[in-house]
Amino acid sequence: MKANTKEPSVAKPVQSIEQAAVRFAGDSGDGMQLCGTQLTTSSAIFGNDISTFPDFPAEIRAPAGSLAGVSGFQINFSSHEIHTPGDRVSALIALNPAALRTNVEDVFDGGIIIVNEDSFDKGRLKQAGYDSNPLEDESLSKYKVYKVPISKLTRAALKDSPLRAKQVDRCKNFFALGLVYWLYGRSMDSTLQWISSKFAKNVDVVDANTKALKAGYFFGETCEFFTHQFKVPKATLPPGKYRKIGGNEALAIGLVAAAELSGKTLFYGSYPITPASDILHALSRRKNFGVKTFQAEDEIAAMSSIIGAAFAGNLGVTGTSGPGLALKAEAIGLGVMTELPLVIVNVQRGGPSTGLPTKTEQSDLLQALYGRNGECQVCIIAPASPSDCFDIAIEACRIAMKFMTPVIILSDGYIANGEEPWLIPEIESLPKIEVKHPEGGNGQDFMPYERNADLARPWALPGTPGLQHRIGGLEKEDLTGNVCYDPENHERMIRLRAKKIATIALDIPELTVLGPEQGDLLVLGWGGTSGAIRSAVERVQSSGHSVAAAHLRYLNPFPANLEAVLRRYKKVLIPELNTGQLRRVIRGELMMDTIGFNKIKGKPFLISEIEGRIMEVLSEGSGQ
Amino acid sequence: MSTQGFNVLKAKDFASDQDIRWCPGCGDYSILAQTKKILPELGLPVEKFVFVSGIGCSSRFPYYLNTYGVHSIHGRAPAIATGVKVGNPDLSVWVVTGDGDGLSIGGNHLIHAIRRNLDINILLFNNRIYGLTKGQYSPTSELGKRTKSSPFGSVDNPIHPISIAIGAEATFVARTMDVNVKHLGETLRRAAAHQGTAFVEIYQNCNVFNDGAFEYASDKEVKAENTLYLEHGKPLIFGKDREKGIRLHGMNPEIVKLGGDIKEDDLLFHDEKAPEPSLAYLLSRMRHPEFPEPMGVYRCVDAPRFDTEMLNQIQAARAKGPGRLEDLLNEGDTWVVD
Repeated sequence: MKANTKEPSVAKPVQSIEQAAVRFAGDSGDGMQLCGTQLTTSSAIFGNDISTFPDFPAEIRAPAGSLAGVSGFQINFSSHEIHTPGDRVSALIALNPAALRTNVEDVFDGGIIIVNEDSFDKGRLKQAGYDSNPLEDESLSKYKVYKVPISKLTRAALKDSPLRAKQVDRCKNFFALGLVYWLYGRSMDSTLQWISSKFAKNVDVVDANTKALKAGYFFGETCEFFTHQFKVPKATLPPGKYRKIGGNEALAIGLVAAAELSGKTLFYGSYPITPASDILHALSRRKNFGVKTFQAEDEIAAMSSIIGAAFAGNLGVTGTSGPGLALKAEAIGLGVMTELPLVIVNVQRGGPSTGLPTKTEQSDLLQALYGRNGECQVCIIAPASPSDCFDIAIEACRIAMKFMTPVIILSDGYIANGEEPWLIPEIESLPKIEVKHPEGGNGQDFMPYERNADLARPWALPGTPGLQHRIGGLEKEDLTGNVCYDPENHERMIRLRAKKIATIALDIPELTVLGPEQGDLLVLGWGGTSGAIRSAVERVQSSGHSVAAAHLRYLNPFPANLEAVLRRYKKVLIPELNTGQLRRVIRGELMMDTIGFNKIKGKPFLISEIEGRIMEVLSEGSGQ
Repeated sequence: MSTQGFNVLKAKDFASDQDIRWCPGCGDYSILAQTKKILPELGLPVEKFVFVSGIGCSSRFPYYLNTYGVHSIHGRAPAIATGVKVGNPDLSVWVVTGDGDGLSIGGNHLIHAIRRNLDINILLFNNRIYGLTKGQYSPTSELGKRTKSSPFGSVDNPIHPISIAIGAEATFVARTMDVNVKHLGETLRRAAAHQGTAFVEIYQNCNVFNDGAFEYASDKEVKAENTLYLEHGKPLIFGKDREKGIRLHGMNPEIVKLGGDIKEDDLLFHDEKAPEPSLAYLLSRMRHPEFPEPMGVYRCVDAPRFDTEMLNQIQAARAKGPGRLEDLLNEGDTWVVD
């Protein structure tokens, strides 16, 4: 038996390629996300660089076979460093006509399409809007199409299984996965292990899924129409120990790490919302770290609860998405007034209102900056990639506790659900977070709003003798923190709170650029567009253009050298998945015109889109 | 730890240096005085208390106590208090709210705090009016009430705090009144002693915008006819000469005169420990003027608490081996690049 497939079979010729982008597409109940994550794991363990993009509908189970119900998972695995899941795919696995129709345009000319032939019946073709069967006409002639009767083959492989017919049919995703494993010479080991542990309670299911996976693999090996295998060699990544990680997972781990590094108890109060709920799920499992998770009755209560927890001395963190940030606004204002350390994670999604819950967008920057009553500044930072969520979580907690301020993290759906390899950091390399609480007093002369050199007020905890004080939403008198309606005091306090946020700029790294220190064009981005921007800029750099890329992790305050950096280039291009929010802020803050490149389709940028826009901007310049 | 030192605390030890800004004659003064009186008896030092309030006249309360306090935003005090209590379970956490703050803008937080049964005390000052915004009807204002925002009479059906609390299965529910200082103090003591969420509705007179709202329950001439003071294990008896009682007629309470055929044993007996809240709810439906309104403790039962249950889960998880950052970072499938 060739059950163990550590080495790809050499029965057929192997063609070595640099990278492959593979997309699984099927009904939202077909297990496409599972196929994708399994291939991700095995590719990561093999040593490729990886980047993934799960794309699924908001409905849990849209009508089977419908265009709206198509769920997809794209994974890019490569022998060199990559920063995005790939613009187009080299292989599409479509489990039904709707999945083919909605994804075929993203396949490279000459790319591979594997379809489940059994699903191309009259009814489902019609449901997908096909007048004729694309497998039988010329419409797919520019692709390499493999018609595989995946359902029939799965049933045949499981003919001895005691599972019911319906359950047997649900194993077809493992058949498809097995076939892809063979195609790219991937080991089945990690998936076989996963199947055994995931379904440990049901031997028949373990057996069926194992058989289906292997049947798919062996089908590739023996079936005549697959003439060769592909091989994507290991990537040359920096040495060290790696694991694969997604954005929400990294954020959760980062929050736990921040709590450990600061010696504080993590209190995570949250209300379930897509695409942030996974952070709550991940943290609710971490009771062995003393993590307290509170599933609040609503977004407002979630925010309010962390204010209470922070007052009591915990590291108070909440997570949400755009509509939830709107609901939290008033309580964030209370956090600003009471000057407590709070972290608010906003995993952005398409808006406005309910918008596109499962799609990505960067449209909450202005909300994060200005979406509260009064002059109400908070610190805002944004991760660049899934693994960067770990560092950004620690940084947010560090700033919040050092400066006694709310900090908003602007993640997004693309980063949150995407996965990549993560070089596991050494604990010693993580930042130390020093937290001091005043220790007792005589009950008379404690000044809860006295400030240190960073303009932070003391974090005095209930239970400490002699430091009793009252905080709240009414304007505070400077130093004493008593309620105060004095006009001079109000203006002083407004300016003090703003100055404190501005002071954070002295505590964060300066903006660096990738490429020439000055030149024709700087492409400036923030958040999850980082990978696409970087890749596009590297491409145009390699063709000799004077273009640099810069990534803003800190959106309020900006790094101190931002203006100086921007002014060193003739033009600044800002690609954003919104109508130009950062561009507007830069115009307002720095009186500087920049060029926007804006996409609001619920999808991330393709490298080629940014590259195209860069070339346009460069050529516009040459005419002047 | 010795608690001897705490016993010397006096009411004045709980007074803050802030000027009290309630209107002269406001019922809030009496509630503040009784609170300051009972706090020193609880065996905890001043710094272990946290008072959390929302917005409204009642919510100024924390400023007038020398404890830790949060004067927060409208309606959110129960949610903030939840964070405080879970954040540090050693603290004695009190929520001060009003009929608008607790039952209108903050109704959701109130019922969820109650059903979680955290060990906190919620004092709801009910004056049946919006005072701080100068006299609009509140969610507890009676139908037909004419106010600045209801010049033709309110058409909002009122909400009843005790019914809401019992509906959310509060483990401690009581009603008392600002002017009945002895009963008020005793009720606060009972609330403080309860392990779990203690909900206390306090009838409170707003002498500026709704003066006399509870005269039927406080006026010497009529209060005995209009109120019924609950005692655990005792029959429901009221009236100037304690000559009337409440008897169950099928599913409904009815007023009966004692004497003749009707003995005390025929009356409904109060059982604050009843596991089922149905009778307590029935009592909460007895409203003026059809019935005397029950005052005192409606319900006092033990039930699992959110704060301790959460701590138990954490302790159980840590007992199996406390989390190590090293393990967390290296979890799952890993591989080494040379």
